[in-house]
Amino acid sequence: MKLNAPLALAGAVAMTAASFAQAETLTIATVNNGDMIRMQGLTADFTEKTGHEVEWVTLEENVLRQRVTTDITTKGGSFDIMTIGMYETPIWAKNGWLVPMDNLSAEYNADDILPAMRNGLSYEGTMYAAPFYGESSMVMYRTDLMEKAGMEMPTAPTWEFIRDAAAAMTDRDNEINGICLRGKAGWGEGGAVITAMSNSFGARWFDENWNPQFDSEQWANTLNFYKGMMDASGPSGYATNGFNENLSLFQQGKCGMWIDATVAASFVTNPNDSTVADSVGFALAPDNGLGKRSNWLWAWALAIPAGTQKQEAAQQFIEWATGTDYIELVAANEGWANVPPGARTSLYENPNYKEVPFAQMTLDSILSADPTNPTVDPVPYVGVQFAAIPEFAGIATDVSQEFSAAYAGQQTVEEALAKAQAITNDAMEAAGYK
Amino acid sequence: MATKASRSAARLMMAPAVILLLGWMLVPLTMTLWFSFRNYLPLRGGDLGWAGFDNYTRFITSSAFWPSVQATLIIVGAVLLITISLGIVLAILLDQPMWGQGVVRILVIAPFFVMPTVSALVWKNMFMDPNSGLFAYLWKFFGAEPVSWLSEASLPSIILIVSWQWLPFATLILLTAIQSLDSEQLEAAEMDGAPPLSRFLWLTLPHLARAITIVILIQTIFLLSIFAEIFVTTGGAFGTKTLTYLIFQRVLESQNIGLGSAGGVYAIILANIVAIFLMRIVGKNLDA
Amino acid sequence: MARSITNNRKALNTAIAWTIGLLIFFPILWTILTSFKTEAQAIADPPIFLFFDWTLENYAVVQERSNYTRFLMNSIIIAGGSTLLGVIIAVPAAWSMAFVPSNRTKDILLWMLSTKMLPAVGVLYPIYLIFIKMGLLDSRIGLTVILMLINLPIIVWMLYTYFREIPGEILEAARMDGASLRDEILYVLTPMAIPGIASTLLLNFILAWNEAFWTLNLTAAKAAPLTAFIASYSSPEGLFYAKLSAASTMAIAPILILGWFSQKQLVRGLTFGAVK
Repeated sequence: MKLNAPLALAGAVAMTAASFAQAETLTIATVNNGDMIRMQGLTADFTEKTGHEVEWVTLEENVLRQRVTTDITTKGGSFDIMTIGMYETPIWAKNGWLVPMDNLSAEYNADDILPAMRNGLSYEGTMYAAPFYGESSMVMYRTDLMEKAGMEMPTAPTWEFIRDAAAAMTDRDNEINGICLRGKAGWGEGGAVITAMSNSFGARWFDENWNPQFDSEQWANTLNFYKGMMDASGPSGYATNGFNENLSLFQQGKCGMWIDATVAASFVTNPNDSTVADSVGFALAPDNGLGKRSNWLWAWALAIPAGTQKQEAAQQFIEWATGTDYIELVAANEGWANVPPGARTSLYENPNYKEVPFAQMTLDSILSADPTNPTVDPVPYVGVQFAAIPEFAGIATDVSQEFSAAYAGQQTVEEALAKAQAITNDAMEAAGYK
Repeated sequence: MATKASRSAARLMMAPAVILLLGWMLVPLTMTLWFSFRNYLPLRGGDLGWAGFDNYTRFITSSAFWPSVQATLIIVGAVLLITISLGIVLAILLDQPMWGQGVVRILVIAPFFVMPTVSALVWKNMFMDPNSGLFAYLWKFFGAEPVSWLSEASLPSIILIVSWQWLPFATLILLTAIQSLDSEQLEAAEMDGAPPLSRFLWLTLPHLARAITIVILIQTIFLLSIFAEIFVTTGGAFGTKTLTYLIFQRVLESQNIGLGSAGGVYAIILANIVAIFLMRIVGKNLDA
Repeated sequence: MARSITNNRKALNTAIAWTIGLLIFFPILWTILTSFKTEAQAIADPPIFLFFDWTLENYAVVQERSNYTRFLMNSIIIAGGSTLLGVIIAVPAAWSMAFVPSNRTKDILLWMLSTKMLPAVGVLYPIYLIFIKMGLLDSRIGLTVILMLINLPIIVWMLYTYFREIPGEILEAARMDGASLRDEILYVLTPMAIPGIASTLLLNFILAWNEAFWTLNLTAAKAAPLTAFIASYSSPEGLFYAKLSAASTMAIAPILILGWFSQKQLVRGLTFGAVK
C-alpha cells in the first residue's frame, strides 16, 4: 500500500502530462479587486480546459504596483502574467518589456475589444495588454434623496448643478453627505479625480512645451471649486477617503452623490452589500460647458512580461480570462451585473446585459473619454487622469499629497498649487524635459 | 589573562558573523554609493550615465527633504518619550503584588506580536476612521464632532500606533530591570521616611539607567526605519513623510534609483548622527 | 491591620493594572471580535461588543480565497530558519566577545548594530539584482538568509550580554580541570546560557515573523509568508472590516499563541544585560 500510493500518483501525473502537451504552472500577479477575486475563484475552469495550473499573487493595489514594477525593470521574471493599467502599458511596451498581443487566436476576436480600451493599451498601434475590465467614471446618485431635494438629475449634469444638488441633499443630522469624492493622496486615488475634474475646468498638467500649469487660473478654479463643495457637502475627513472609503459610505447610505469609477455601479446596486441598492441612478460625469467632461478612462489589463518561459500558456490564460466565454461563465455563475465590464463591444450588444441598469451609462462614459485629446487646450501627453510619461506617478503622488493637505485645511489652495508647481518643475527639469 | 591561543580562537569564532555582516553592509552599500552617482532611471532605459553630485544636491534641495528629517526625528523622539515614561510606570505597576499578574503581563505585551501592517490597518480602519471607526462613535457618544485623525492629527496618530507597538518592548526590559532592584534597599529607604517620589528618583531611576539606554538604542534603530505604519495609514501625506518614506517614494514611485540611493546615503548619515548623539548621552551606561 | 492594608493595596493594584492591560489589549480583542461578525455588524452604529450572531463565515471566505497553510508554513520556515541560523553564527561570535574581550569589542558591537541603520528601501534594487543573478527570488532560502542578516546584530548583542553575566571564575575553574575549549562551550557555558539563547530565539523569531519589507518584495507565490497574505486583504473593494479582521487574526494568532506560552521565558531573557 505504501508503495502503491506514490506509484498511482506518478501514473496520474504521467497521464495528465500525456493528455496535455505541456502542463505549466503560471504565476500571476493581480490586484485584490472584486472582479479579480472572482476570476481566482473560477481558475478551475481554466485548468480544466488547458491543463495549466495557476498560482495567484494577489496584492493590494499600491503593493502590487511597486512589486511588478521592480520585477519588470530588473527583468526579475517572478511573474508570467502581470495585472497592469493603462498608465504602465505604453511605458513598459516602449522599453520592450512586454510581449505584444499580436498573434491572438481567431476565436478570441480581438477586434471585439472596445477601441478606447484597445488604444489605451497599445504602443505604436500594437496592443501589449488585454483588458480584463475597463472603466470610466460617472455620477452615481440616490434617486430617493434627489427626489426629496426636489431636484432632477439630468443625463449630463454640470458642476454647478452637482454643487447645488449636493448642498440640497446634505442632511448632517442624519449623516447624509450630499457628495462623496476621493481626496486621498496618491496619483491613482484623489489624484485621478482632481486631474479628470481639472480637464473639465480647462486646466492641464503641462503645456505643449512640458511647462507645468499649476500656476494657471484654471487649476485654482478646479481646486477651489472642489474644496468649496466638499467642505460644504462632503463627508468629514474626505481628505483621506479613497475609492474604498467612499464605496463603503455610499453603500451605507451616507452619500447623496458619488462620482467615481463605473465599475462601482455593480457594487452599489448589489443588494447583498448595499443598503441603497434599489435607489441608485446614474449620469455622465459633470462638465463646465467647455467641451470636456470630467470622466477618466482606465483599464486593468493582463500583460506578459518579455522573457517568460511560459509565453504560450500565459497567452492561453489571457485569452481565457479576457475572452467572451469568461463573461458567459461569470454571468452563469453570478449574474450579468457581475461580469467584468467595459472591455468588449459585444457585451454591450448582448440583450441580457442591456437589462443591467448601469450598462448604457458605463458605455456612454467610456465612449466620451478621449485619452489622446483629454483637455480643452492642447497637451503633449496621452491619458485623461494621468500623463503617460514615466515621471508622472512620482510627481503626481507628491502633488496629490499637497492637494490632500489643502483639503484637510493644513495649507491654502494657493500654497498647495505653488508647491505643486515647484515639485513638478523640479522633477521635469531633472528628467531633462527642459 | 587570555592566552594567545584563545585570542586567535576567539577571532576565528567571531569571523563568520563579522564577515557576513561586513558583506551585508559593504555589498549593498557599495552598490548604493555607485547608483547614487549615476543617472539611473529604470523606466527610461536604465543606467544613463554619470550624474556627479546631482542626485545629492537634488535630494537635499527638494522641498520634501527637511520636513522629512523633522518628521523622522519627531516620530522617533516622541515614541521614545512615550514608551519609556509609560514603560516605567507600567513596569513599576506590574512589579507590585496583584491578582492575575501573569495574565495582565500577557495583555500588556501582546501588541508586540502584531505585525506592523496589521496594527496599522486595524488602527486606521477600525479606530481612526472618521465615519465608522470606534473613536468616531466614542466622540459622537459624548456629543463631539468626530475627528479625522489621520489628516487632522496625522503625526500624533502615527506616534500613537507606533508607541502602542513598542510599549511592550520597553515595559518588558524595564520590568526585568526593576525586578532585579534590591527590595531591601527600597524598604530601608521607606523606613527612613523617604517619600515615594524621592525613592523613585534616587533609587529606582538610577537603577533603570542601563535598561533605559538599551531601550533607547534598540528602539531608535527600529524607529528610524518605520515604514508600514505610514504606508498603510497616510501614504506620506499630511506631514508624515519620514526620510525612509521619502526614499521609498523616490525609488519605487518615481523610479529614480540614483536619487533614491543618494537619499539612502543621507539616511545612513542621519542614522549615524543620531547614533553618535545617543552614544554621547547614554553611551556611558553601556560600559559596565 | 497590616494585612488588610496590603490586601487593599493589592486590590487597587489589580484594578489599575487590569484596566490598563485591557486597554492596551483592546485593539487586538476588538479585531478578534470583529472577525466573528458579519460585515454589516462590523460597522454597526452603535458598535456591538458581544451580542451579535457569531459567525465563522469570514474565516471560510478567507480560507477559500487563499491557501493560508502555505503562507503559514512559509512564515514558520523563514522566521524559524533565519533565527536558528542567526543563533548558530552568533553564539561563537558572542562567546568570544564576552570572554576574550579586546579593546575593540565594543566598537565591533556598535558597528554591527549600525548595519541595521541602512534603510531597506534604499538597497532594494541592489539586493533585487543580486537575487536575480543568484536565482534566489521567491525562494525561502534567500529570504531566510536576508532575515538572518537583518537580525544578526541583535542576536549577537543579546547573546553577548547574557554571556557576560556568566562569571568568569567558572570558566577558569573548568580550564584548571583541563577542559578543552569545546568542552567549555558544550558543558559549562551552554547550560548556563540556555535561558538567554531561548529568549534570543523567541525575540528574533517575532522580529523575523513581523518583517514586512523584504518578505513582501522578494517573494511571489512560492515563498510568500503571512505578510504577503495580509497584503491581499489590506484594502479591497467594498465593506471589509470583518474579513480584514479574520485575515489579521489568522496572521497574528500563531505568534500570539507562541508568545503567550513563552511569555515567562521572554520576560526572563529580555534583559540585554540590563540587570547588573
